[in-house]
Amino acid sequence: MNLILFTFIVLLGFTSYYFGRRKAYTIQSTNKRLTALPQFYGYYLAIWCAIPAFIIFSLWAIFEPTIVKLLILSDYSNQGYLDDELNLIYEKTKALSRGQFTGEITPFIEASAEKYLSLRSIAQSSKVVIVLSAIIASVAYAYKRISSNSRTREPVEKFLNAVLFTASLAAILTTVGIVFSLIFQTIDFFKVIPLFDFVFGTHWYPAKAFVRDSSEALDPTMYSDTFGAVPIFAGTFFIAFIAMCVAIPIGLMSGIYLAEYASTKVRQYAKPLIEILAGIPTVVYGFFAALTVGPFLKELGTSMGLEVSAESALAAGGVMGIMIIPFISSLSDDVITSVPQSLRDGSYAMGATKSETIKRVIFPAALPGIVGSILLGVSRAIGETMIVVMASGLAANLTLNPLESTSTITAQIVVILIGDQAFGDPKTQAAFALGMSLFLVTLCLNIVALRVVKKYREKYE
Amino acid sequence: MKKNGVKMIKIKAKDVDVFYGKKQALFNISLDIEENQVTALIGPSGCGKSTFLRCLNRMNDVIDICSVKGEILINDFNINDKGCDVVRLREKIGMVFQKPNPFPKTLYENVSYGPTIHGIAQSKQEMDEIVETSLKKAALWEEVKDRLHEPGTGLSGGQQQRLCIARAISVKPEVILMDEPCSALDPIATAQIEELIDELKKEHTIIIVTHSMAQAARVSQNTGFFHLGQLIEHGSTDKIFKNPDNTKTQDYITGRFG
Repeated sequence: MNLILFTFIVLLGFTSYYFGRRKAYTIQSTNKRLTALPQFYGYYLAIWCAIPAFIIFSLWAIFEPTIVKLLILSDYSNQGYLDDELNLIYEKTKALSRGQFTGEITPFIEASAEKYLSLRSIAQSSKVVIVLSAIIASVAYAYKRISSNSRTREPVEKFLNAVLFTASLAAILTTVGIVFSLIFQTIDFFKVIPLFDFVFGTHWYPAKAFVRDSSEALDPTMYSDTFGAVPIFAGTFFIAFIAMCVAIPIGLMSGIYLAEYASTKVRQYAKPLIEILAGIPTVVYGFFAALTVGPFLKELGTSMGLEVSAESALAAGGVMGIMIIPFISSLSDDVITSVPQSLRDGSYAMGATKSETIKRVIFPAALPGIVGSILLGVSRAIGETMIVVMASGLAANLTLNPLESTSTITAQIVVILIGDQAFGDPKTQAAFALGMSLFLVTLCLNIVALRVVKKYREKYE
Repeated sequence: MKKNGVKMIKIKAKDVDVFYGKKQALFNISLDIEENQVTALIGPSGCGKSTFLRCLNRMNDVIDICSVKGEILINDFNINDKGCDVVRLREKIGMVFQKPNPFPKTLYENVSYGPTIHGIAQSKQEMDEIVETSLKKAALWEEVKDRLHEPGTGLSGGQQQRLCIARAISVKPEVILMDEPCSALDPIATAQIEELIDELKKEHTIIIVTHSMAQAARVSQNTGFFHLGQLIEHGSTDKIFKNPDNTKTQDYITGRFG
């Protein structure tokens, strides 16, 4: 039903567009100067058709269920039911009306279900009537306005402005919403676990929190020495560090090669090939790290008399570095290519060689962009999940030995949230606390990146 | 400059052809350039005068599809020979570009760039001297001596171009190529640069590409007129401007085309 109505409104919109445009042509044929191009008349009419329909649709979607629920539950008021029980009754009613109810059917609920159905159909038909009459009224109003040849371009432009604004607002609000949900859960977490223990504790063992019986009251003492985040922070930065040790030199050098040395032909093939690396799903990197690189490193280590864990920070970090190479290489290639040719000419004309020119002129000029691309790579390394889950192990060891297994923030969030979880449980909330700290770390990183870029830009422009 | 009444020839171009891919840009250019004189290359846009200028320090090497044929003798040495060291060549032949292109570095680093990469200065003190004399010769010293460690890009257009000239002369080149050095500058800055060119020709041989006939007449002793990739006529500036042999030259100089 809704779909039919919606299609109908869309068709109406198109029709009114053509009507509006035709009206504009008729006005034009009477030798009057139009206030805007004919299609603006069409857009104007179509917008006046769409806006009221959209507003009524959204209002309906928001209020209809609430009102129906109120009306149904008014039959049960003053009978001493609790809120939870009322909700249950309402859910039963809905299920019965859809024919999906399997429990015992009481006459009360049957009556409610009938009432529910009739209410729904009333609501549905009144919606159709209201929407259509609103459309007719507003289109008639708009048609009158364009008939008198009043301005249409400004309202249409304003409407587009509003649409674009809404789109960006939606993006911002979503971010704010996510951050707030993180904040509240994090605050709850720190009510049970002291902030100090989380930030400075060196023992991360969330599995200990599994054994709690949810009916028992929370006992903070049992969580002491469970949520000390130092090992996983250390692991995160350690693996990111290994990754950047791989990614920065290789990425930067390949970027420089592509931008300055490679012939057009090589560049034409090499650049897309490197960018394919960026398109490989991280899961694939993950099992490459876990099944190929990890065992290989273990064997290599054993043959040299070293003890290497099959899941090592080195394997995860190394593969993560390979994953980040294309970002750094491609971005720095772009940045280097965009350094003006006149600077290169100036340097070559002084008798500088290619490498001198790159080292002394191009690299400094491209540095802000290169630093930006590196920090972007670091953000990715810290936020990367799949590779570490699969290849670096899940035990949060506090170690700086790249051959042992370590764990990261993201991997621990996965561990915590896989399987059964209960809201309001410190174990679940720990994931939010970790997410929050991860967010803060990347935020700081981005701020630093912006600062650095800005500072260098001031210097070099 | 004449020695014993004989003109000293610094650069001798013989039958130079230049191709961009398959398109020929210069045809059989043969031109002698006198030492310690200013030679102006004039002609309408796209006539090949800049291309010819860029042949003289092999800047066309930078362009992949560009190939140069023929002989260019500088001090009787063919720079198009395989054995020619481009780095040494460009040390001897400096260049100033159309748009001022100071490096995104400090003024000091801009001027010390050449001496550094060619290992000319042995000490910091020596480098300071080179920077100071170069800036003085480029008539920029008084304006910038208190801010040598500020970025060169912060100067005005005319100052930037003089900085580029200081950068070019810092390695004491024998020849300075100038590719429309004043086209991005206002008349006052242009006058300063022209005055500078006159000063510089005492120690350097200068070849300048220009679109301004008046400028060619003011600064140069010799002039070459290019048209559609051919060198139509060359000789002393006096003769080219007052009594050219070729009617095309006459037409161009009097502004009938171009």
